[in-house]
Amino acid sequence: MEKLTVVEGRAYPFGMKNVDTDIVIPAHWLKTISRTGLGKGAFEVLRKEPGNVFDAPEYAGSPILIAGDNFGCGSSREHAAWALADLGIKVVIAPSFSDIFSGNAFKNGILTVVLPQEAIDRLMEVARTDPIHVDLEQQTVTTRFQDRFAFEIDPFRKHCLLGGLDEIGLTLGQADAIGQFEAKDAGVRPWLVPAVA
Amino acid sequence: MSKPRTLYEKIWDAHVVERRPDGTCLIYIDRHLIHEVTSPQAFEGLRLAGRKVRRPDLTLAVPDHNLPTTPRRDAQGQRIPIADPQSAQQLAALERNAPEFGVRLIGDADLEQGIVHVVGPEQGFTLPGTTLVCGDSHTSSHGALGALAFGIGTSEVEHVLATQTLLLKQSKTMEVVVEGELGFGVTAKDVALAICGRIGTAGGTGYVMEYRGSVFRDMSIEGRLTVANMSIEAGARSGLFAPDDKTVAYLKGRPLTPKGAAWDAAVAYWKTLHSDEGATFDKSIVIDAADIVPNVTWGTSPEDVVPVTGVVPDPASFADASKRAAAQKSLDYMGLTAGQRMEDVAVEHIFIGSCTNSRIEDLRAAAALLKGKHVASGIKQALVVPGSGLVKQQAEAEGLDRIFLAAGFEWREPGCSACLGMNPDKVPAGERCASTSNRNFMGRQGPGSRTHLVSPAMAAAAAITGHLTDVRELLNEKRGEVVA
Ligand code: SF4
Repeated sequence: MEKLTVVEGRAYPFGMKNVDTDIVIPAHWLKTISRTGLGKGAFEVLRKEPGNVFDAPEYAGSPILIAGDNFGCGSSREHAAWALADLGIKVVIAPSFSDIFSGNAFKNGILTVVLPQEAIDRLMEVARTDPIHVDLEQQTVTTRFQDRFAFEIDPFRKHCLLGGLDEIGLTLGQADAIGQFEAKDAGVRPWLVPAVA
Repeated sequence: MSKPRTLYEKIWDAHVVERRPDGTCLIYIDRHLIHEVTSPQAFEGLRLAGRKVRRPDLTLAVPDHNLPTTPRRDAQGQRIPIADPQSAQQLAALERNAPEFGVRLIGDADLEQGIVHVVGPEQGFTLPGTTLVCGDSHTSSHGALGALAFGIGTSEVEHVLATQTLLLKQSKTMEVVVEGELGFGVTAKDVALAICGRIGTAGGTGYVMEYRGSVFRDMSIEGRLTVANMSIEAGARSGLFAPDDKTVAYLKGRPLTPKGAAWDAAVAYWKTLHSDEGATFDKSIVIDAADIVPNVTWGTSPEDVVPVTGVVPDPASFADASKRAAAQKSLDYMGLTAGQRMEDVAVEHIFIGSCTNSRIEDLRAAAALLKGKHVASGIKQALVVPGSGLVKQQAEAEGLDRIFLAAGFEWREPGCSACLGMNPDKVPAGERCASTSNRNFMGRQGPGSRTHLVSPAMAAAAAITGHLTDVRELLNEKRGEVVA
């Protein structure tokens, strides 16, 4: 997974509350065989509306999404995080998130930043004209107008995102322990391998 | 003396790579089965991260979920294209990913192809005391052979492919004890349905079950596979049977089992795999075999079980309000009324198949009733979908295909088929199916489909009469014919 330290760029001033995973990625995209390419389906329904932020040229390719309360509620589909990642989103800033969504986002290298509504309002305003700066190491969101908002994050998640460590990457960090288990087990149950020739 | 342990605890302890302070363990996975629906994104994840499959030699891929059950090759041996583009794409992805990552693939038209949970035991890929996973909830089936087996999601599939491990918390243990002798016409499926009816679909949540008692000891491996398969319908991610002589006899000589001295060592190890005398379970369910009769489901949850001789329950008879509402909703969906006799419920479709009941014993049981008989005039479609190409071959060698065909059934290629209607085999909206599968959820066999879960013999009985039928009546008739 890519390391996430500092993210700077334009942000979609989205702001919508209670965005469920159906809004992020409609169900008919679930039959796909790929976790990439889902960006095309992200916010599909909203994008049918003229003037939506996702199709406005000034925001194209923005790495940051600013949303309202309870972002990512609804079903547990991991496709929602896949769709955002495919859209190029690295950070979502909102007053609150569904637990399952922030877990899935984290698994896919996306930082979820919780800030109070006033901060969100201010960032929405700045986002319309200027970039936003997110620093994970410092745990701050700043703008060129001297705005500075600090956020909290679980230390384990911070460590993983900074190091570009996904769950699989972390387990792979224990490859020695796994190898030792395999070596020891080969003595106890030598008949187990190979399963297929 | 070490503390007495349950079978589950023994298998768990033998697979702990590392224990974390919060109790989470990194558990080693001995066997990984893969199919076309839940693996594409996992392989893609590996590819994007530049990772490989840690142990391709412990991994086996077989397509099953959305393959058509009509012929897959034409007379020239060329593939007949799959009509649904998404199904075709998922199969193509598996056919690309398996060789790319060095994973052995059983092809869609190979003799060994079949439903992943039929193939694993049949090939001897599933072994006692192993940890076995697959991206499918009915992976619990493999517990019939004493494997700690459970379903996982796509992220976990990727985790296992890359690391051969999973991060897990230990489950609680539940023993399900059925003592006595099963009555005339009562099968493993009826036992499984009785357990679902008794403890409910959430009854086993958080537990690993162990099936104990004389009924399970006397049960064939095929029957045990049916029972273990439905553990998940009773909420348990896994259900275990302690391996015994039947297990050993079943596995001996199968293609992927150990051979020679390795076999002897394996058998010696398997003999240690049973719950110790004095081991305690967190929960215990005891059922008297004499209380189990041929069962059917009336609703849209596998716990909605009644004896076939019973009636549709009255929603008002349920104690709590949410159950009452759920029951009413089920009845509306199923087009049934409270108090209606189950035996008066007419069906238009028969499905004999799925990882619950598509093995040779299941087909024999159905064929035994269908011999010399024909499906009733009201039956629109009757399908037999063998669990694997090998089951199909065996059945054909025994002449079962001819019995089914003569009775008006269609004899299909192996796969999941109408169990979940991902392929073209579906039950149309508003129509009713007596099905040997494991889930009667709304829309499971196709949008608007109505499913009654039954044993293979009961499915055959319903085919003959055109309505849900107590198989014991037909069995008695058969007995009479033999005597006469
Ligand atoms: S037969 Fe049905 S339950 Fe079994 S693996 Fe296939 S879809 Fe799942």
